[in-house]
Amino acid sequence: MPEKPLNQRKFLQPEQLRELGLLLFILAIGLAVQLRNPVFLSISNITSLFTNTAILGILAVGMMLVLVTRGIDLSIGAIIAFTGMVTALTVARFPGLPPFVAILEGIIIGMVFGALSGILVARLDVLPIIATLGMMNVVRGLTYVVSGGQWVSSYQMSDGFKAIATGKLFGINNLIVIAIVVYIVAAYYIRHTRVGRRIYAVGSNPEAAEISGLPRRRLIFLAYLIMGGLSGLAGVLWVAKFASAQGNTAIGYELNVIAACILGGVSISGGVGRIFGLILGTVLLGILNNALPLINVSPFWQMGIQGLVILAAVITNVLVRRNTERDALRRRAI
Amino acid sequence: MKKTTFLLIILAMVLLPATMAFAAGTKDDGVERHAFIFKNTGNPYGDKQMQGFADGIEEMGFEAITRAPDQPTAEAQIQIIEQLIAQKVDSISITGNDFDALQPALRKAMDAGIAILSADSAVNPESRITHINQADSEMIGRTLIQAAYDMAEGAGEIAVLSATSQASNQNLWIEWMKKELDENSGKYANLKLVRIAYGDDLRDKSVSETEGLLQSFPNLEVIIAPTTVGIAAAGRVITDRGLIGQIDVTGLGLPSEMAEYIENGSCPYMFLWNPIDVGYLTAYAAVAASRGELTGAAGEFFSAGRLGEFSVVKASDGGTEVLLGAPFKFEPSNIGEWKSVY
Repeated sequence: MPEKPLNQRKFLQPEQLRELGLLLFILAIGLAVQLRNPVFLSISNITSLFTNTAILGILAVGMMLVLVTRGIDLSIGAIIAFTGMVTALTVARFPGLPPFVAILEGIIIGMVFGALSGILVARLDVLPIIATLGMMNVVRGLTYVVSGGQWVSSYQMSDGFKAIATGKLFGINNLIVIAIVVYIVAAYYIRHTRVGRRIYAVGSNPEAAEISGLPRRRLIFLAYLIMGGLSGLAGVLWVAKFASAQGNTAIGYELNVIAACILGGVSISGGVGRIFGLILGTVLLGILNNALPLINVSPFWQMGIQGLVILAAVITNVLVRRNTERDALRRRAI
Repeated sequence: MKKTTFLLIILAMVLLPATMAFAAGTKDDGVERHAFIFKNTGNPYGDKQMQGFADGIEEMGFEAITRAPDQPTAEAQIQIIEQLIAQKVDSISITGNDFDALQPALRKAMDAGIAILSADSAVNPESRITHINQADSEMIGRTLIQAAYDMAEGAGEIAVLSATSQASNQNLWIEWMKKELDENSGKYANLKLVRIAYGDDLRDKSVSETEGLLQSFPNLEVIIAPTTVGIAAAGRVITDRGLIGQIDVTGLGLPSEMAEYIENGSCPYMFLWNPIDVGYLTAYAAVAASRGELTGAAGEFFSAGRLGEFSVVKASDGGTEVLLGAPFKFEPSNIGEWKSVY
């Protein structure tokens, strides 16, 4: 029986194989940077790496859900700016406001915008890229309107508010703690709840999902709602971290988030995306941002290197997938 | 018959916009109109500059038009220039998003009889009468090195955190910093410029670059950041990591952004010119230029209201410029009154 040993040899799923490839790639990059600057793997540098990557990671979770439904959300950079600006203005006006309320305010505002995108995409059947592009411009414009073009600076924010991003819980920076909580909740939600599984079903085969009676529109709406809420959360964290709110905050940041998702193996054509891959994709981008200042390359090369690494990771992904597919075909032939 | 109606409609379609443009152009009720274009909207520094310009123009009894595109690109500014040409303004002063790319649009405006000046960030000498510069680039570069020398108490490692590697004003200041170090190698023998990092005026990248500097150079004494996003990001990192007193930050920044870090000691002092005055000076230069009283030749004089007399001098790019003056020093004793101004 020649099939059996072949089957047994495949102890890894294709996605897991790809994630293993990405993990090896990350280790290789890490080793290369470490050889160039031994500070890279120090505790303090690793801490700042994860602190600086936490916001990207939080956003990537929402973006993955949207991508899984075959959508995309370009409005998140603008939502970060708007919620950041509004909470900063609130905090400037009411310095005694508990930080928890500021976070809640951001999440709620973000969810309102997410709901609007969700209605456009799920109810009115507007193409996601167009709907969220429109939202991006509207929300960015609103940011300038509410701020009157002014920035909110550090001295106008209460220490309690800034401590959202600088404080620690059990010795770990709050941003990292919040990101970990978001990931645990997301992992549970995606794997073990009916709604989570259905979002994937809708993304991998919308027609089949519709025929089986899944509330397709409601699930797509939900994905944008969650993305909006996470963007609102990220907006508050961003402003607390950098202690400054300005109209052009996080401009173009949506592309970093989408890049993190795609590096992590989330498919733009929907239905595919795993939390572990997402973590790897986010960490790879985080390493690039953290390591390039450490290895003393000319700024002219920095962007190029960043692009090359992303391309190399994606090509690795494609090669691994092609190999496994060819493998599967070969097996079928036998 | 049908053909004539069709032709008439075509004619109307062609003429309508033309007459509208004509109407816009002749909306001239005798009041001179002077325009100012900043880099992009939503920048408090630019708002102050435009406010200063409008103050100056209105003080002389004219109408001020202040415009800024959404995105800091040359293309967006070219669109605004085209609109202003159609409106037949008397002068355009521009904070250029690109040194050369605006030339065709600005030459077109010049051909239409509009006086063109650049302010704050220059356009090339062929497309301007003269440039209104905040402060002498040489003085800024030298002053910042002297500040670093003072903060490092004469010895130690210093680093520069700039905006983008392509920003012409940043690069010019950095050139002068290096020159100051080279020309006084005796005085600065123990002061070592270890790295020039670029934070691209983005908060997240500026923070990563600052952290990179701290990790790579454990003995770093001073960070010079001649850009407001960079200096505030550096102040933030120093404050967060409890390095106040060990590493000092200085450079150029908005008082509002830097108030906290000047008050908490992470930045002993820093510099900036007054953007309101840059705008105000530009207003007087623009009016003089539109009347032909200012032709942009080195050695010319003109008066600028409350700021007094100014002269045109040669600029390092081959053209001429007008210098506002020495940068203003912000320190713990005066930051309180400035932080709410800009």
